[in-house]
Amino acid sequence: MAPVRLGGSASFTCGLAATMACNDDRIVIEARGLTKRFGNVLAVDGLSFDVEPGRVTGFLGPNGSGKSTTMRLIMGLDLPNAGSVTVGGRKYHDLPWPLREVGSLLEANSIHPGRSARAHLWSLAQSNGIARRRVDEVLELVGLTAVATKRAGKFSLGMTQRLGIAAALLGDPGVLLFDEPVNGLDPEGIRWVRNLCRGLASDGRTVFISSHLMAEMSLTADHLVVIGKGRMIAEMSVTEFVARSSRQSVRVRTPSASSLSDAVRAASGIVIPEPDGSMTVTGMNAADIGELAASLNVALHELTPVASLEDAFMELTDEAVEYRAAP
Amino acid sequence: MTAIPTTPAPAPAPAAAPAAAPIPGGRAGLRQAVRSEWTKFWSVRSTAWSLAATVFLVLGICVLANATAANNGLHVPDPTRRSLVGFLLGQFAIGVLGVLVISAEYSTGSIRSTLAGMPRRPVVIAAKVVVFGVVALVVSEVLAFSAFFIGQALLSRTGYSATLSQPGVTQAVLESGLYLTALGLLALGMATVIRHTAGAIAAFAGILLVLPLVVPALPTSMVNAITRYLPANIGVTILSSAQNTHIFSTPDFSASTGLAILAGYAAAMLVLGGWLMVKRDA
Ligand SMILES: Nc1ncnc2c1ncn2[C@@H]1O[C@H](COP(=O)(O)OP(=O)(O)O)[C@@H](O)[C@H]1O
Ligand SMILES: [Mg+2]
Repeated sequence: MAPVRLGGSASFTCGLAATMACNDDRIVIEARGLTKRFGNVLAVDGLSFDVEPGRVTGFLGPNGSGKSTTMRLIMGLDLPNAGSVTVGGRKYHDLPWPLREVGSLLEANSIHPGRSARAHLWSLAQSNGIARRRVDEVLELVGLTAVATKRAGKFSLGMTQRLGIAAALLGDPGVLLFDEPVNGLDPEGIRWVRNLCRGLASDGRTVFISSHLMAEMSLTADHLVVIGKGRMIAEMSVTEFVARSSRQSVRVRTPSASSLSDAVRAASGIVIPEPDGSMTVTGMNAADIGELAASLNVALHELTPVASLEDAFMELTDEAVEYRAAP
Repeated sequence: MTAIPTTPAPAPAPAAAPAAAPIPGGRAGLRQAVRSEWTKFWSVRSTAWSLAATVFLVLGICVLANATAANNGLHVPDPTRRSLVGFLLGQFAIGVLGVLVISAEYSTGSIRSTLAGMPRRPVVIAAKVVVFGVVALVVSEVLAFSAFFIGQALLSRTGYSATLSQPGVTQAVLESGLYLTALGLLALGMATVIRHTAGAIAAFAGILLVLPLVVPALPTSMVNAITRYLPANIGVTILSSAQNTHIFSTPDFSASTGLAILAGYAAAMLVLGGWLMVKRDA
């Protein structure tokens, strides 16, 4: 696989080939009946899914749905009550050089606040026989070179997140697990992570990234594993996920916004005025809005059905949300 | 905050031949884990603080106790023991360091990074034992001999001072260093089981301070059976160059036997901690 250039200076080569060497099926992460219970809480409930290389797989679910627990199960930090999960055909525990095969960014703190960024990365590098030069490369890559000797406890949330990403990239691994990586990042940082993930995937790596934000996933992921209350809800491409959404809204642009809005409201549609002068209508489909406009002699400059991923997500997870009101 | 680097360029289409960074043969093991632990050990301030506290307590109390004895012309029956008296406080400082070596990983969450790099948990504990054990041994022995020489220099005016060539003295000094190391490893083992800094320090201090107070309240036959197994009592024997102290009807263990028993306690705790670590979530 051709090395991809990231951040201009460091280059990656893909460790995937070694992980996958004797394995021509394309499944890299394979979860089967994964189950984890904490006391009375069934955090992960019989979860089975596959994650393939060369694309970003989004792991989507509301807060408390078991994403972080699943990530910890993949890494063998938590032990499952039932089921199993393998990476490249092996349990994480049995990977000969774990950091060279799987890079991870966990949601919870996993950095000693008293240690410098460089010492943190160097200690990790040493545990997997990774060259010292690589520590400086990843520091450069995430833009922390200038603060490499500062104690990690002094870092902002965004810097801590980037240090975690540096640690994940340290071993130039073929598989990346990112648990809520955009948490605490500013918009620029979010865009950076998004591009990084896409770059890593197009490099042929396996990228598994969790989020509770549908909108974020729609921009980053190609494929989705959607869970709620620890159970599988959907495993499909982002495109399919959107298409299956029945709650659509319609973007309308018209010079006669006020009269059309009144008519839409009278027909019990909901109008949300947008800052750019257009409006978003829900509760009516595009055809009905078009008919209504024609009957009022109102010109339409735009009439676009928009499937909101957020809605699709809510709809699919609705039945899995714990505190759902009785119908 | 530093600027975020430029976004990755669009990746070129994957070429046919993978140019994978070669993953070496073999696997990460104790050697790599020890190097990693060594870096971790020296890259947090608590290490320097705890070691400084150990040195300060052992030598500070040595100077105080022996200068006082010399100035007041006290009778010093066991000058070796008097020079090593600071170990009775220094043991708590080295114990705190032993606890922190593992408990700080849990309190900060860095255990997750550690186990990501080395998922075989007993290897992680073994690496910590090697790193902490070596440092504790070197520091303890240097301290034991330093305290001995400082103490004897102060006592020399009194005419009670000891020399290494006197019977049992070199052994007492050497074994005092081993005693401090064994206690540190015991603390590390207890923290592996308990996992909480405050809880482990309390338990460690309790064994040294509280047990000797509680045990005498038991029926006499039990007191006689148990007392000599208490780390605090073993310590008293080890830190003196004289033979058994015979406070109770059952004689105390010899210093060497006592050391072996202490090492056994530490090993048992470490094995239990390792076993629990394998069974528990990180
Ligand atoms: N270590 C733990 N002990 C007890 N309960 C836990 C633990 N970790 C997670 N849980 C519970 O398991 C459920 C799933 O949590 P989590 O995996 O963090 O979800 P998510 O990452 O999707 O927000 C929640 O109900 C949470 O409270
Ligand atoms: Mg989470």
